[in-house]
This record gives sequence, structure tokens and C-alpha cells, in this order.
Amino acid sequence: MKQLLPKLAYFGIILLFIPKQAHAMHIMEGFLPIGWAIFWFALCLPFLMKGFKVIRVIVKENPESKLLLALSGAFTFVLSALKIPSVTGSCSHPTGVGLGSILFGPFVMSVLGSIVLLFQSILLAHGGLTTLGANIFSMAIVGPFIAVGVFKLATQWGLSFSIAVFLAAMLGDFGTYVMTSVQLALAFPSEVGGILGSFQKFASIFALTQIPLAISEGLLTVMIMNFLQKYNMKELVQLRILKAKES
Amino acid sequence: MFKKNLLLLIGVIILAILPLLFLQDAEFGGADGEAEEAITEIVTHYEPWFSAIWEPPSGEIESLLFVLQGVIGALIIGYFIGFMRGKHTKDHAKH
Repeated sequence: MKQLLPKLAYFGIILLFIPKQAHAMHIMEGFLPIGWAIFWFALCLPFLMKGFKVIRVIVKENPESKLLLALSGAFTFVLSALKIPSVTGSCSHPTGVGLGSILFGPFVMSVLGSIVLLFQSILLAHGGLTTLGANIFSMAIVGPFIAVGVFKLATQWGLSFSIAVFLAAMLGDFGTYVMTSVQLALAFPSEVGGILGSFQKFASIFALTQIPLAISEGLLTVMIMNFLQKYNMKELVQLRILKAKES
Repeated sequence: MFKKNLLLLIGVIILAILPLLFLQDAEFGGADGEAEEAITEIVTHYEPWFSAIWEPPSGEIESLLFVLQGVIGALIIGYFIGFMRGKHTKDHAKH
């Protein structure tokens, strides 16, 4: 871990010196070799199946949470539609998966995030059907899992609820686009630098643009959570998010 | 809560405006081809093997669909907020 940090810092600094114009988004239609496309689809299936199960259980045990489920889906819908200008001189959009991940766990968001990605690939030619598996994996599986992990860690470290939510949503968003870069690097290793060389190239396009947007996503998620805390305490406690002593 | 949220919202707005102010001559556009270019730099003859089934016929139609996506989401969020506030007020009026 100690050795990893300087490496990561060094890598981050390198990224800052590769300014590039980019329109960060999901992997475009047809731009993943068929083997990789199938691989990512296969990887997503168990998560989606588990997600459907979890949603069924949640709705059955706690019908009131249907509204919160709808809110989580709606939040992802809105944030995915917001194309925000970024430091690279181009636009990208946040993912909005952090909120639902914190409320319901990662698997529920795998399903909801997939719905959004499907909508965007069919109606907006944004992302794609052949790359849907890879995009689901990055935005609706890796992002939510990072968000939940960060939220749990931050809570354990005794950080305040708002800070924990902020970090979870921000790093989940950022992690999504780092994963996208990894997926592209694996599919297109460069002849000179191999997979790592490609990763730097793609990360300078996807991840760098995402930094301010990830911060924005964190702030927006905290806003919604503030509201939920004020008006929806009982349900959040039922979902075991907030310790009862805080309510 | 309202004040806190207002501050957070201002933060989001500032984050979005700063690039516009400091990068006056940037395109901020759908340079969608950027990642594609990177791919073709690495694999010189990569041909996408599938193209979108349907593409919005123009930028206008595309923005319509993006707006619709945002509106549908915002409607649900707005409904939820109103519903919760109403419920909250009602519950407290009883006590």
C-alpha cells in the first residue's frame, strides 16, 4: 500500500500534463472487439440476476421503499442527461449511481444503471448495444461497488455522514471512468507501452475530464441525502443506513 | 438544510462555470471522436464492427431526447420531494 501511493500520485501528475480535448462518455458502439464484448456481458449477468432478486426482496419486505427506488433511478436519469463542461475543454456527464448504491447496496444499482444505459444506447446513440456489457460493468457494477466500499470505510473511520456520502459518490463516479479506460486498454494494448501505455492514453481522455464532474456528483448526492435525512428518517433507518442514534 | 443545500448547489454551478471562463477557446463539444481517434492511433485499421441501430437524425432531436431524459427524472424527483414534505407536515400536524 505504501509503495502504491507514490506510484498513484506520480501517475496522477503525469495525467495532468497530458491535456487533451475529449468528450468523455461510455465506450462507443462497435468499438470493442467481439470477444471482449461477450466477456463483459458474461461478467455482468450474475450481478444483474442478483440485483433483480434484491429488488424483489426489498419491495416485498418494505413496500414504502418503492418510492426511494424510483428516486434512485430518477437521480441517475437526470445526472446522466447533464452534460457539464470540464477542465479538459470538453463535456462529460456524471453517473448518479452513488445515491442508490448507498441506500440499497450495489446490486440494485446494477439493474437501475443498466436501464439508463440501455435507454441511452437505443434512443441517443450514446454508448452502444455491443458495448453495453462493458458499460454496465463500469458504470453499474464497478461504480456502485466503489461507492458502497468507500461509504462503509468512511463511516468506520468516523467521518460525518455527509462527508462519507460525498466521498462515496465522487469516487464511484471517478472509478467508473477509470474502469472504462482499463477496458479500452485491455482491448487495445499499444505496441509501444502495452496495456499500461494504452491505459494512460485512455485515462487522459476519460478520467481527467471526469474529475470536476465527480466532485459535482458528490455535492449533488449530498444535497439529495440532506433532504432524505430531514424528511425520510424512518425509512433510511429501516434500510440500515443511519444508525438509530443519529435519528 | 435549505441553506446547506444552496451552498452545495452554488459549488456545483461554480465547478461548471470555471472551465467556461478559463478555457475561452475550447470547443466544449461532442468531440466524440477523441477515444475513437486514440483507438485508431493504437490499432491503425480498426473498423467498428457494429453501428448504432438508430441515431437521432439531428443535433436538435438528440437534445430533445436528452432533455426528455432529464425531465422524466426531474419529474420523479420533484414528485418525491413534494410527497415527502407533504407527508412530513401532515404527520407533524397530528402531534
